[in-house]
Amino acid sequence: MVIKVFKNFFNRIFFNIFKNKKDIKLGFYGPPNAGKTSLANRICKDFTGEEIGSVSKVPHETRSVQFKEKVKIEYKGKVMTFKMIDTPGIATKIDYEDFLKYKVKKKESKKRAKEATQGVIDSIKWLDDMDIVVIVLDATENPYNQVNITIIGNLVARKVPVLIVANKIDLRKSNIKRISAAFPEYEVIGMSAKYGKNFEEFYESIFKLVKKV
Amino acid sequence: MVKKKNKKSLGKIKGVAIQFVPNSEIRYLDSNERIKKILKIVLENNILILQGRLLAEEETRLIKDTMVMINHIKNFRGIELAVIAGNGKGGFFSKLKKSFANVLSGGDLGSITIIGPATIVKEIKRNPKKIELLLNK
Repeated sequence: MVIKVFKNFFNRIFFNIFKNKKDIKLGFYGPPNAGKTSLANRICKDFTGEEIGSVSKVPHETRSVQFKEKVKIEYKGKVMTFKMIDTPGIATKIDYEDFLKYKVKKKESKKRAKEATQGVIDSIKWLDDMDIVVIVLDATENPYNQVNITIIGNLVARKVPVLIVANKIDLRKSNIKRISAAFPEYEVIGMSAKYGKNFEEFYESIFKLVKKV
Repeated sequence: MVKKKNKKSLGKIKGVAIQFVPNSEIRYLDSNERIKKILKIVLENNILILQGRLLAEEETRLIKDTMVMINHIKNFRGIELAVIAGNGKGGFFSKLKKSFANVLSGGDLGSITIIGPATIVKEIKRNPKKIELLLNK
């Protein structure tokens, strides 16, 4: 009995040492053009000096899963190390003709569409590997989109803690209340990744969320 | 010499057909067969109205398979998808009653899933009070 108690005690200590050394996998998910890369870029730039990927007005700019390892986020004297995972936007349809509107050439549009479909597949595959997920939504868009509901439903099924960011609050059309009303069971933070608004609140929520992992 | 086409094609769209599938049609199918059946209906240019809803994992699987199809079937651009569910409001006992009823009936029969090919369904506009199906011209 005494041996068993000691064994459990040492196992717990060693497990915790090992667990603390592992980086927390923080994923950025959401529909295309919501600002996932802009948000991830700002965090990475603040704490590592480097960005994670390029941003553009053309949808599906991020077409492969991008990483930044060992991102040490410091907030109110606490430091946590994350592996940041920026994912391509999840969509149910991809039409190469949509890219033509942004003056992308036909051949390039077709290539972009093909890569974007693979990006969606990869984003979904990565859902299994996340420790915590930030769902980035465009606060100017209708949040009652089945893709958003599907992503959150999957994360709930996998018991992954979720934080919702209502991005682009610098725009006049943005509506945080509409997003909070659509997802009443989750914390929603209004942010502007572009102008760096509300990052303190964001880091506080992320640190709280890590406790649930 | 006639060039052989490697890709399947959806062909010309002649009209819009709406197909209703009761839950009893898919209840005993496994996830693979369910997705296959749904995509088959959608690839035939039908708008599918399904009684009940898919599991969250099945919805992502449907999106994944749709993406694969876009690359393999000419003129297929993907799907529009929406689920209309009863609101989740209510106390503990009403939720318990609902989940008990779901177990007995073999699924969430209070929900309806609408899936259509993106070439026909331009957008499914949703808000808590109504749902609008916008079709392409």
